[in-house]
This record gives sequence, structure tokens and C-alpha cells, in this order.
Amino acid sequence: MARLETFYEVMRRQGITRRSFLKYCSLTAAALGLGPEFAPRIAHAMETKARTPVLWLHGLECTCCSESFIRSAHPLAKDVVLSMISLDYDDTLMASAGHQAEAILEEIIRDYKGNYILAVEGNPPLNEDGMYCIIGGKPFVDQLRYVAEHSKAIISWGSCASFGCVQAARPNPTRATPVHQVITNKPIIKVPGCPPIAEVMTAVVTYMLTFDRIPELDRQGRPKMFYSQRIHDKCYRRPHFDAGQFVEHFDDEGARKGYCLYKMGCKGPTTYNACSTIRWNEGTSFPIQAGHGCIGCSEDGFWDKGSWYARLTDIPQFGIEANADKIGLTVAGAAGAAIAAHTAVSALKRAQHKGE
Amino acid sequence: MSVHERVPPTKITAIYVYEAPVRLWHWINAAAILVLCVTGYFIGSPLPTLSGEASDHFLMGYIRFAHFTAAYVFAIGFLVRIWWALVGNEHARQLFRFPFWSRAYWDGLLQEARWYAFLEPRPRKYVGHNPLAQFAMFWFMTVGTLFMIVTGFALYSEGAGPGSWQDRLFGWVIPFFGQSMDVHTWHHMGMWAIILFVMLHVYAAIREDIMSRQSMVSTMISGVRTFKDDDPD
Repeated sequence: MARLETFYEVMRRQGITRRSFLKYCSLTAAALGLGPEFAPRIAHAMETKARTPVLWLHGLECTCCSESFIRSAHPLAKDVVLSMISLDYDDTLMASAGHQAEAILEEIIRDYKGNYILAVEGNPPLNEDGMYCIIGGKPFVDQLRYVAEHSKAIISWGSCASFGCVQAARPNPTRATPVHQVITNKPIIKVPGCPPIAEVMTAVVTYMLTFDRIPELDRQGRPKMFYSQRIHDKCYRRPHFDAGQFVEHFDDEGARKGYCLYKMGCKGPTTYNACSTIRWNEGTSFPIQAGHGCIGCSEDGFWDKGSWYARLTDIPQFGIEANADKIGLTVAGAAGAAIAAHTAVSALKRAQHKGE
Repeated sequence: MSVHERVPPTKITAIYVYEAPVRLWHWINAAAILVLCVTGYFIGSPLPTLSGEASDHFLMGYIRFAHFTAAYVFAIGFLVRIWWALVGNEHARQLFRFPFWSRAYWDGLLQEARWYAFLEPRPRKYVGHNPLAQFAMFWFMTVGTLFMIVTGFALYSEGAGPGSWQDRLFGWVIPFFGQSMDVHTWHHMGMWAIILFVMLHVYAAIREDIMSRQSMVSTMISGVRTFKDDDPD
């Protein structure tokens, strides 16, 4: 195998100066929450390490993850991350097509056995032997299993790969299944979101390449550095929540003043993501800043948790959909009526036997 | 017949049932549940919005503070109550036992249910809880309290953050239920289950005090159970 180019060599070849390379290293260190002493370590790793091939597979998805990824505003991400990671296969971005494209998969698996990263966007449908998603003439689930077998680690991009997302929402006719339920013998990094934040995506990749290990994950397999706090915990409207100042209607005074969107069903208090800190589109804004509540797109099964505009979610198990308060009030009302009736009968019975 | 006619003296049997820590826990717990239900409801459906600057108010903050404080009282009280079940008298243990395999228990439960359905002329006498009461106590209070403590601290751990003791002990609950929203919904349903229990409990205690053959309400104040007759069974 010929000597592989290091990240640094690729960057220099791309016309990036050493000065901007070092800037990139320190920015990456900062983005990953590392101290300034880590910038030289990142630089050193990039200068000495060979590029890691990344195979990016697409299952049932809408390509919003790719769309987000290519918009990373991180200084060099757009130009560099794509070339530095050696994105060898990505059917929506690559120039080659057909047999030529599929041949790359074989080549990488052969040359880099156990040494490449598999990035999965979307998920495989399992019904009808996977026929609901065909890639290169074969079911996607077969391609996924084949490529996953010799990979070093798997990145599950977005809510589709991580949790199932819209195609896995009830009743899930194609039996769309998240990646970790299909591939169980590889380390899997979940990067949920619909789509995930661009900078989160590039930072996860950079971390893995720089430190040659997967980032620290939480209980649900998400990188702790981006998913350990809720939107609510870092929301700039949080003081209005604590004060008890809420938007009651989208056109009221509270909405104009930027009060808390909790009563409009904002899922910020139950959603783990970095939107309220990193924000979107070069840090321009995020849903709550634009005046709409968070819909919780990075949470498991967010399509099936009732209205996006209500805090008390519908519970479909109760036949007609009802929320906890409606069910509770009905039960409490029924119990109250029963108690009243029981009291009346008890009193009558007692009066009857009084003389005895 | 004169009003001064002498009534033949009847013997009233009195047994000391509920020791002071049990009674104290009962009332502290009742107060904590009241605070938890009211504040919990307002966390789910906040009061009408307040105008002006955020710095002028701290309403949700105070409501949540009251909820968390009452929750600690509720949880610590439950732990103390478990400890007392180990060191206290026989009756202190009844709350934590469900005699599923006892034939006599199910027979007693049926009898008590028939008494409540007006099919029995008079109920049996019990020093502790009657079987129907024990059923409700065990499933609503013991299991219900445990459920609310576990789900409640899991939700609290979201604010306390990863690595906090709440997260280490109860953080697993959130993925177990699916996601945070599901835990919120179940915790909310748990509140309604406890409200249902409180309604039935208060009604049954007052009704039993009047209609059964033993004291009820005063027993949880003085600790002494008195019987209205000396008939065997």
C-alpha cells in the first residue's frame, strides 16, 4: 500500500496556509471543549496521521443531514473536512456513478479492512426483505451489513439512523429500523437531529480522526460534548420561563416581547441538543430565536409524542387520544361521583338500620 | 324512664397501633403530596403569563422550588418510613407487604369488598389495615410513591446534569421509558393515580370511622385503635 497523505499534506495541497491550519486546530480544540494546550496536539495529529477513509451510506432519508453537513460554517470545514476525511463514497456527493461508484466500496473494504469509518444517513427498512430501499440494485440493509462488517466504527447521522425518525413513525409500514438495532457488534456514535447541526457533525468527525477514538458517549450513545444538556438549559428565553412569562398565542404581546414558548408546546425542556449554544447557519439563529418552539427533532420518536404545540402529550393507548390531564380529570370525576353515590347509599342503609 | 338511668358499662378495647413516627410520617407525607400535586399541576400547565420584565418575577422558579423541596421531603420521608418498618412494630410493616399467597387475605378482601357493595351486614374487625385498605395502600402508596420518586428524580437529573448523583442513580429511567417527554407524561399520570388514592382514602377513612366497628381518623392522631364492640370477629 502506498504511503497515504496526512491531513496536513492534503490541506497544504488544497492551498491552505500553515497559519490558517493552526487557526483551524485551535478553533477545533475550542469547539470540542478542550483547553488551549490541545491545539498543538491536534496540529501534531493532523501532520502525522494518514487520512481515514469514510464511507457515507444513504438509506431511507431525505438528505437533510448531508445538506446540513456541507453548510458547516466552521472555518475550514466546507473546504477541508470533506477532503481531509477522504470521503471515498457518498452517492449524493460523489462524481462517479453506477458500477464505478459501487467498485469504490469493494476497494476500500479490501484495502482498509477494519480501518475505515462508516457514516450512515437514514436507516434500513426491514419489511419485505428490505425491498423498500434499493441501492445499486440491492436492498440497502444488505449493503449496510456488508460495509459495516469491516468498519472501525459507525456514525449514525441524524434522527433516522439514530432513532428511526419519520419513516419509523407509527405505523411504520416499511419497518424502518435504526442502525444500532441492525448492526450490534460495532461501536456506534449517534448524532441525532433532523438534521444535526453542521458544526456538531464536523466536530464529531474531527474528534475521531484527531484522537483516534470515539468521543465520550452518553447512555443513549450520543457524544456527551453536544448532547448532555437540554435546549431549555441554555435557552436565552429561560429567564422568562423562570419568571412565569409565556407566549399564550403566536400573535400576542408575549410573542412580540420574546417570552418563553413553553405554553406553545416548546420541547426545549425535553430535548438534548446544542441548538441554543451553537445555533444554525453560522450561528445566525435557531427555532426558538425565530419565535417558534423546539419540536424536539433530536429525540427518540419525536413524531409520535403528540402535538408540537402542546406540552401535555397525547396518549394514544387510551383509545381516543387524550392527554394525562384529560384522563386524570375523567378518572377523578368518576371517582368523585362514585364516592358521592356511595355516601348516599351508605347514609340510607344506616338510616334504615337505625332503629334496630 | 329517667335520663339518669344507669347505662350498663361496656368494655372498650383499645390497642396502640400506630407509633409516633408512623403518624408523623403520615401527616408530613400528606402535606408533601398536597404541595407536590398543586405545584406539579402548575408546572405542566403554568399560571397565566405575567407582564413586564423577567427580572420582576420568579413565579415558575418558586413553583418549581416548592415542588423540588416537597419532593425531597416526600423521598426522605419514605426512606425514614422504610427504616421504621424495620425497627417499628408489626403494623409499621403492613404498608410494605402484600400477602399475595395468603388465602385468608384474599378471603378477607372479598368480604371487605362485599361490605362496601352493601352485601354484608357488618364488616370484620381489624387491628391494622383491612385487606381492601392494604391493597390500596400497597399498590398506590408504596408502589406509587416509589414510581413517583424514581421518575421524579430522573426528571430532576436532567437539570442536575450528567454526573450528578441523581443522574447516576436515576438517569437510566429516561431511555428506559423512551425519552424525556414519556417520563414527563408518566410522572403526570402518577400524580392523577395518587389524587385518585387520596380521594378514596379520605372517603374510606371517614366512612369507616362512622360505619365500621373500629376507630379510624383518631387512630392516625393518637395512635390508639378503639373497638365499638367486643364480639369475637
